[in-house]
Amino acid sequence: MTEATADSPAATGSTKSGSLFKAGARTRKRHASERRFRLMGLSAVIFGILALVGLMTSILSNGLSSFQQTYVTMDVFLDPAKLDKGGNLDPADLEKITTFTIQPLIQTAMQKTLEELGIAAEGVNAKQAFDLISKEAPGELRRYILADPTRIGKTVSFDLLASGRIDGYYKGRVTMESAALDSNVSPEQLMLADKLKQAGILEARFNWSFFTAPDASDTRPEAAGLGVAILGSAYMMMIVLVLALPIGVAASIYLEEFAPQNRWTDLIEVNISNLAAVPSIVFGILGLAIFINFVGLPQSAPIVGGLVLTLMTLPTIIIATRSALKAVPPSINDAALGIGASKMQAIFHHILPLAAPGILTGTIIGLAQALGETAPLLLIGMVAFVREYPGAPPEGFFDPASALPVQVYNWTQRGDPAFVERASGAIIVLLIFLVIMNAVAILLRRRFERRW
Amino acid sequence: MNALKFAAAALVASTAFAGAAVARDQIQMAGSSTVLPYASIVAEAFGENFSFPTPVVESGGSGAGRKKLCEGVGENTIDIANSSSRIKQSDIDLCATNGVTEIQEVRIGYDGIVFASDINGVTFAFTPADWYNALAAKVVKDGALVDNTAKTWADVNPDLPAQDILAFIPGTKHGTREVFDENVLTAGCEATGAHEAFKAAGDEKAKGCTALRTDGVSVDIDGDYTETLARIDANKNAIGVFGLSFYQNNTDKLQVATMSGVVPSTETIASGEYPVSRPLYFYVKNAHLDVIPGLQEYVEFFVSDEIAGPDGPLAAYGLVSDPELAKTQEMVKNRTPMAALN
Repeated sequence: MTEATADSPAATGSTKSGSLFKAGARTRKRHASERRFRLMGLSAVIFGILALVGLMTSILSNGLSSFQQTYVTMDVFLDPAKLDKGGNLDPADLEKITTFTIQPLIQTAMQKTLEELGIAAEGVNAKQAFDLISKEAPGELRRYILADPTRIGKTVSFDLLASGRIDGYYKGRVTMESAALDSNVSPEQLMLADKLKQAGILEARFNWSFFTAPDASDTRPEAAGLGVAILGSAYMMMIVLVLALPIGVAASIYLEEFAPQNRWTDLIEVNISNLAAVPSIVFGILGLAIFINFVGLPQSAPIVGGLVLTLMTLPTIIIATRSALKAVPPSINDAALGIGASKMQAIFHHILPLAAPGILTGTIIGLAQALGETAPLLLIGMVAFVREYPGAPPEGFFDPASALPVQVYNWTQRGDPAFVERASGAIIVLLIFLVIMNAVAILLRRRFERRW
Repeated sequence: MNALKFAAAALVASTAFAGAAVARDQIQMAGSSTVLPYASIVAEAFGENFSFPTPVVESGGSGAGRKKLCEGVGENTIDIANSSSRIKQSDIDLCATNGVTEIQEVRIGYDGIVFASDINGVTFAFTPADWYNALAAKVVKDGALVDNTAKTWADVNPDLPAQDILAFIPGTKHGTREVFDENVLTAGCEATGAHEAFKAAGDEKAKGCTALRTDGVSVDIDGDYTETLARIDANKNAIGVFGLSFYQNNTDKLQVATMSGVVPSTETIASGEYPVSRPLYFYVKNAHLDVIPGLQEYVEFFVSDEIAGPDGPLAAYGLVSDPELAKTQEMVKNRTPMAALN
C-alpha cells in the first residue's frame, strides 16, 4: 500500500515509465541515497562499538587480574625474646616495636616452613626466600600484635601477601624469561614459589583488600587498594548531592517560574549555559583561590573537592531541571491556579512531582560526571598519596582523602609494572560505579516519567 | 522564617569549617615526582611504625612544591617540599615575604640518571661527547661550528652501532633535564671543543651547548618515565633517559648504556664514577616543627640509617645513599636552618 502511494507521482506521468511496479530513475536514486545514508549511520555505530570493544578488552585484560591476589599461609612464631624484651607487655615499650624487628621473625618462619615441608630452596638464600613475601607483611603483623599484645609468645597462622613479582608470575605478567633479566626477582625464586604452591601454602584468592585497603607505596603494588579512594569519592558525591540538588532546583524553579523575562535573566541564562562548558580545571583554580587560600579550608580534603565539584555540576543540574520543568504541560499549572492554588502550591504540589524524574536523571548524570573528574582535584591537593582513612562524616569531610579517578592517575605514573594492573582494576571499579549510576537514571526515567 | 533558618544553617556550617580547619594532625608535603616514590615509601613506613597518622604526599613538581611551601605559615600550608633540584634564591625571597624564615635543607641521597634502550636491541657505550655530537644543534667539524647532520650513532662515533639516532629526553619542565643539560650536554660540549668555539663566536656563556636539534631526532617527553618506556616500546631504535630506580624496576624491558665506560648502579653513583647524578632534597618549614604532631619524628626517621642508609628500603628502590648521612642526621636533630645560598 505504502509503496503504491510513494510511487504515485511516477504513475501520474511525470516520468516515462508509468508502472507502479517498476521504480523510475528518480525513485531509484532516492532509494539509493537512503541506503547510503543508512549504511553510513550503521558504520558510524559499528565504529563506535569497535572503539568501545577495543577499550574494554584492553582494560579488562589488564585489570581483571587485580581482583585476584596471591597469598602465602605460614605459621609465624611471635618471639617474646625479640618483641618484648622487658617481658612485661608494657604498652609504651610495645609501641617501639618496629617493622624492622618483625622482619626477621617472618624470615625465620619462612625458613622453618620450608624445612617442615621438606622443600629444598635451590639457589635461594634466606633473604631471597623472604622476598617472596610482600614488604607489607611486617606492618600487618605489627598491627596484629599491638591490637592484642597477649599474642606475643604464641605461634599464629598468618595469610601473608606474596610480593608483586610472585603475584605477577601467576597472572602471566612475569615469566621465567623475564625473571632472568629482572633485578627484583630470579627464576629460582619463581621455582620456589611453584613448590610452595604444590605444597598448598601459596594460593590465589579473591582480592577483597583491593576494595578496602589504602594505597601503598611504590615498593608494594600487591598491597595497594582503593579503600581511601572509594571513601573519598563517596564523601564528595554526598557533598555534591546535598549542595547541588537543592541549590540547582531552587535556582531553576525561580528562573523558570518566578523570574521576570528581562535582560538580566537572559544574561544569567547565557552564563549558566556557558558555565556548563567551562573546562573543569578552571573550577579547580577557583576552588584553590576561594576555599583554600581565602576561606582557609584544609588541603586534600573531600569538603573542598565536594565544593568544587558542586560548582562544576550546578550548571548541568540547572539546565536539566529547567528543561524538566518546561516539559510539564502548562495546562496543569493553569488548572491548579484556576481552582485557587497559589503559585507556590501549584509548583510544589503539581509541577515539581511531575518534573522529578527528569530532575533526578539530570542530577545523577551530573554526579556521574563529577565522579570521573580529576583535573579540578589536581589543584586542591587531592592527587596525593593518602594512606589514612578519613574519619566518619561530618569531621571526615575535612580529613585528607583521595578519589577514584585520582587513584587511576597516580597508579599509571608508578615505575613498577604491577601498577598497570592495579590502575586498570581501578578503572573497572570506576566504570562499574558509573554504569550503576546511569542505569539508575534510566530506570527512574522509565518508571516515573509521564508523557503527554 | 526561612531566611532565619538559612542564616542559622550557614552559621553552623561556618563554625564547623573553622573548628575543623584548626586541627591538622597529619603531615602534608608536596613537590618533585622524582622524590615522590621515596617520600611515599618513608611515609608508609612512618605510619606503620609510629602512632602518628601516615603523612600525605602530593606530587606536582619541584618548583610547584617549593612555591607551596613558601605560601606562608599555618595549618593550611604544607610542611615539607620535596625537590629534585636545589632551592632557588627566588623561592627563599618568596618565603621571606610570606613570613617563612627558617627552612631546613635535608639532602636525602642521590638519584642516578641512566640511558636505556629496548632489551632486545644493540648495546651502547656512550660518552658525553657522543650525546653532544648526536643531539646538539651545532657541532664542531674541522674546527668550525656547523649544523649537525649526523644520522646514525656511527656517524657520531665509529665505535657505536649504525643505528638511527632517536632520543627521548625529559622535557624542560623536569628537574632531570637540568642534569642532562649540565652533566651530559655541557660536558660533551666542552669535550668536543664546541664550548671554545661558541665563546670564540661571541656566545659568552656558551648557551649553544644546550641548544638541541629540531629535526625530530631528539624528542622531549613532558610526561613521566612510564611514557618514555611506552615510546621506546613503540620505537625499538630509541634511547630514553630514565631515573635509576625506574630502570631497576623494569630491567626485563630495558638495557642500560654505560657512560664513559661506567655502568650505572648505586655503587658507581655513590663513588662518583658514574657522572650523571644529582642530589635530592626536601625542605622543612621549621615554624611547623612543634605545631604539626610527628613532623620532627618524620624528618629524623627519613634520614635514619634504617631508611636512608645503604641497606635501607630507599637504597633498595634505587636511591643512592648519601655518604654524609651522619651529618644530615645531626643537622636535623638540631633543627639547623639552611644558610644563605652561595
